[in-house]
Amino acid sequence: MTEKILMKGNEAIAISAIRNGVDGYFGYPITPQSEVMETLMKEKPWETTGMVVLQAESELSSINMVYGGACCGKKVMTSSSSPGISLMSEGISYLAGAELPCVIVDVMRGGPGLGTIQPSQSDYSQCVKGGGHGDYHCIVIAPASPQDMYDFVDWGFELAFKYRNPVIILADGIIGQLMEKVELHPSKPRRTDAEILAAAPWATVGKPAGKERNIITSLSLDAGTQEAFNRKLLAKFREIEANEVKYAGYLTEDAEYLLVAFGCASRICEAAVDMLREEGIMAGLLRPITLYPFPEKEISRLASRVRSMMSIELNLGQMVEDVRLAVNGKCPVGFYGRQGGNVFTPEEIMEEFKKFNNLK
Amino acid sequence: MDTLSDIKKPENLVYGKPALLTDNIMHYCPGCSHGTVHKLIAEVIEDMGIQDKTIGISPVGCSVFAYNYIDIDWQEAAHGRAPALATATKRLCPDKYVFTYQGDGDLASIGTAEIIHACSRGENIVVIFINNGIYGMTGGQMAPTTLIGMKTSTTPYGRDPKLNGFPLKITEMLAALDGTAYITRQAVHTAAAARKAKNAIRKGFEYSAKGIGLSFIEIVSTCNSGWKMSPTDANRWMVENMFAKYPLGDIKDVLK
Repeated sequence: MTEKILMKGNEAIAISAIRNGVDGYFGYPITPQSEVMETLMKEKPWETTGMVVLQAESELSSINMVYGGACCGKKVMTSSSSPGISLMSEGISYLAGAELPCVIVDVMRGGPGLGTIQPSQSDYSQCVKGGGHGDYHCIVIAPASPQDMYDFVDWGFELAFKYRNPVIILADGIIGQLMEKVELHPSKPRRTDAEILAAAPWATVGKPAGKERNIITSLSLDAGTQEAFNRKLLAKFREIEANEVKYAGYLTEDAEYLLVAFGCASRICEAAVDMLREEGIMAGLLRPITLYPFPEKEISRLASRVRSMMSIELNLGQMVEDVRLAVNGKCPVGFYGRQGGNVFTPEEIMEEFKKFNNLK
Repeated sequence: MDTLSDIKKPENLVYGKPALLTDNIMHYCPGCSHGTVHKLIAEVIEDMGIQDKTIGISPVGCSVFAYNYIDIDWQEAAHGRAPALATATKRLCPDKYVFTYQGDGDLASIGTAEIIHACSRGENIVVIFINNGIYGMTGGQMAPTTLIGMKTSTTPYGRDPKLNGFPLKITEMLAALDGTAYITRQAVHTAAAARKAKNAIRKGFEYSAKGIGLSFIEIVSTCNSGWKMSPTDANRWMVENMFAKYPLGDIKDVLK
């Protein structure tokens, strides 16, 4: 039987990192995710698995430590919250430009600016659309429970190494702070040097004489070289879009109305769907699990079958733009959101849903 | 009378291009100090036999392309962030030799936080710091290290402390930090100076393997293009002006 432990989402990230053979974590304190580094420091994994844990002087530094560690083919990660992710955006662009695998956890809080320390989903656009400069995408996966937080660390590294691309686990203050039972899967050892070289022959770990040297850079001064690289990235993103889309449907197949929500909002929407169904209203929910790649085919498919869709988010309306693009005029698309750390109730969603759909 | 073929024997060889310098044509201007410093680093890595254990981290600036010239594994960092990359690399690969190569804009301006905290944490890495008092690659703008009165493209009337602040002696600042093991300031304008600089670089690499903290080697350098001088005039100007503000010699050595 696998072990089940009651823990916070943030703690699940830390425990999962240790148990899944992560080589290094580099971070900087920021609410509401500081438990990630605190848990790691308390667990002292350097004495057990040999994992390196380091508190950096800033998010700028921690993301660049991730860059250095990723250059060595190691499984390295960081975690932060919204303002910290803004500081990391330079580094994330470089990681994408150098095609380096890593996992970045964003436990979102309200913004812009210093904002609040309460939960929010207002970094959707920042993380899904880029955030840093240049043509790139991070793979963005959105957990909705501490169990997801635990599972997505390993899944994140799998995707990161498969595509040599940064992966963002886009959580929020609720999922970070929420305590639930987490099933701990059997642990995975850290990779040996030989396994790293096999998985990452491009790693900069010292070149023996006679071997071609490895250079990790995101620089190409020549326009033609840069364009060729951009097109190579595009081909990679197309492959990711074709292979890695993940979503969860809740009562979608007979639904006449669809709610679309990710992360913690999807759980609240699930309750709203149940309440609507009790009243005889055939509502369903689509929860995108990968935000990039976005489940646009599934949304497009459902758009031809439902009367309307409504995107429910803890922000001013960010994912709804992608929903509209996917729907492409096939049905009306509405939006309801709360901001500043305020969280909607299922009743509130139900009321807004009825308003939008002219239902009583 | 010996013929050329009599003289060209291995036992008579007193100088050669280091095997670890690649055949790529350097993009540096004639008279620039970068080429000499690259050669010294290549020689040290070769002399110590640590090519397969050495990872270099290049900056943003003229030496962004350092990876084209020394035949080792390289990482190219964002502007100023090389010490953060080096920190993770060394901690994750503790048996390797890790060095950063950074100019004064990269290290002493945009990268001050990264270098100060790498020093403060006592990371067991080597930092080669090229101080030529100017931003070379972007066309000769003022650096933190630009001397008072020195003309650059952003101080066209000379650096005025009221307008532009004072030159930053970052090397002395770093020597005050407990995590640094060896701090020195060298130059490469003469054969004798280059020999001393090479010894300093070697000491830095040796210290980094001892686990006693960070080694920092500043090389006061010329940027004759940015300074708008001939190579020889630039060397003379450096001796007369730069050395007065940035005197050569060891500043800290914890094993002495």
